[in-house]
Amino acid sequence: MDVLVDGFVQAVRLLLGGDPATWAITALTLRISLTATLIAALVGVPVGAAVALTAFRGRRVVLAAANTGMGMPPVVVGLFVTVLLWRSGPLGAFGLLYTPTAMIIAQAAIATPIVVALVATAVQQVDPDFMVQMQGLGAGRLRALAALLAEARLPLLAAAMAAFGAVVSEVGAAQMVGGNLAGQTRVLTTAAVLATSRGEFALAIAFGLILLVIAFAVNLVLTLAGQHRSVPAR
Amino acid sequence: MLSQLRSVLAVLALLLLAACGGPAAAPSAERSLILATTTSTQDSGLLDDLLPAFTADTGWQVKTVAVGSGQAIELGRRGEADVLLVHSPAAEQQFVAEGSAGRRLLVMHNDFVLLGPAADPAGIKGATAADAMKRIAEAGAVFVSRGDDSGTAAREKALWTQAGVTPGGAWYQETGQGMGATLRVAAEKSGYTLSDRATYLSQPDGLTLLSEGDPGLLNVYHVIEMTTKAGDRVQPEAAAAFADWITGPAAQQRIGEFGRAQYGQQLFVPDAGKPEPVP
Repeated sequence: MDVLVDGFVQAVRLLLGGDPATWAITALTLRISLTATLIAALVGVPVGAAVALTAFRGRRVVLAAANTGMGMPPVVVGLFVTVLLWRSGPLGAFGLLYTPTAMIIAQAAIATPIVVALVATAVQQVDPDFMVQMQGLGAGRLRALAALLAEARLPLLAAAMAAFGAVVSEVGAAQMVGGNLAGQTRVLTTAAVLATSRGEFALAIAFGLILLVIAFAVNLVLTLAGQHRSVPAR
Repeated sequence: MLSQLRSVLAVLALLLLAACGGPAAAPSAERSLILATTTSTQDSGLLDDLLPAFTADTGWQVKTVAVGSGQAIELGRRGEADVLLVHSPAAEQQFVAEGSAGRRLLVMHNDFVLLGPAADPAGIKGATAADAMKRIAEAGAVFVSRGDDSGTAAREKALWTQAGVTPGGAWYQETGQGMGATLRVAAEKSGYTLSDRATYLSQPDGLTLLSEGDPGLLNVYHVIEMTTKAGDRVQPEAAAAFADWITGPAAQQRIGEFGRAQYGQQLFVPDAGKPEPVP
């Protein structure tokens, strides 16, 4: 139990005491995971909406594939990305392995199926006549689509939060493609694993608590942004 | 509703900008080399001590991949690393004989130790390494193995062979994890295990040192340069810079002093330029 208390004390000290290494790790964690989430949203929202709104052969297969992708083990994604980025691999010329860019690629690959699957579900939930009605009111197709996405904004935000939660907390891919290099690719999860393997349990718990705090902060901001005019009546 | 969507996007973009502006937009584009090494050099904290000095002296940034010696050698074989720092002599000699590696130089040594519960149910205290292994197997006492093709696992296998035992059964448990994790499993299960001394000293909780000092427990680290024969993108000049530096007087002195302040004893003995030890 002492370890938990020590971990809590250490987390507060590292954050408030302004330990530069901890802040750098925290900032890098946010930078990588938010960028990956943004990429996943930019790819996943249009794809998810398109899958939900258009009829084509194999649509259910695509949906099933996206749903499967939601459960894809990060370590498998990490292995694929590693092999692609190896010096001897197809993208080896770019020298990306063990860089933050490689981690963003892997995390975006993890997050995109989550966004696609959840967005497709969210858009399918909206009244099927909505698009027709909007176009009947004189809205163009794109404008009608924007209105539809605004209508489904809460589930869309939930998709973004699920994607962010998945990537900020995963360790398998971050470790494999990032290499946990101090000052370069060390993020909160890999730092916690390293602290554990060194027997520094309080420090590992401190990193875990910091991770929880920043995940909460990001989710709070997104929740506030989504809810600020839709407070339920008391 | 549209404005809400816009505000959500704006907040996302702001978050992203804030995160990008952080101090972590660190340099990485300069000269950097990939070092494949063992978990023991990382878990003991030796690399944290050495690498900043190497970067300051030579300008090379180091990307460290800390894995078992077996995997480190495999990365070298594929040309995915420029230089290796490993401790699995038999596998190293075989690898160098394949011809894709450059120089292989002696860097340092410490030793393996046999650890177990204080009660020592198999009665190995003070026994020679091979004899201790035989007693553990005969007693059917829990032995926790790395089981991961690391230098430590390779040594453990050699000791079993020496003892004439084929380990297996419920008493023989493989973690497939690094040394730190394996030590904790052994402690929790009140089992025996083999560890390098440096990692044991950095986290000794729950285990007692029962057998040490046997010549069969010598743990020797070599640096191995890779060449472009392993892959087009290997940087032989980086490999040479690292090998020359770590066998040079400044690094050797650091290695000899590492751990003294924290553990009151030397964790690694610098060996550069000495004759190869005969195990």
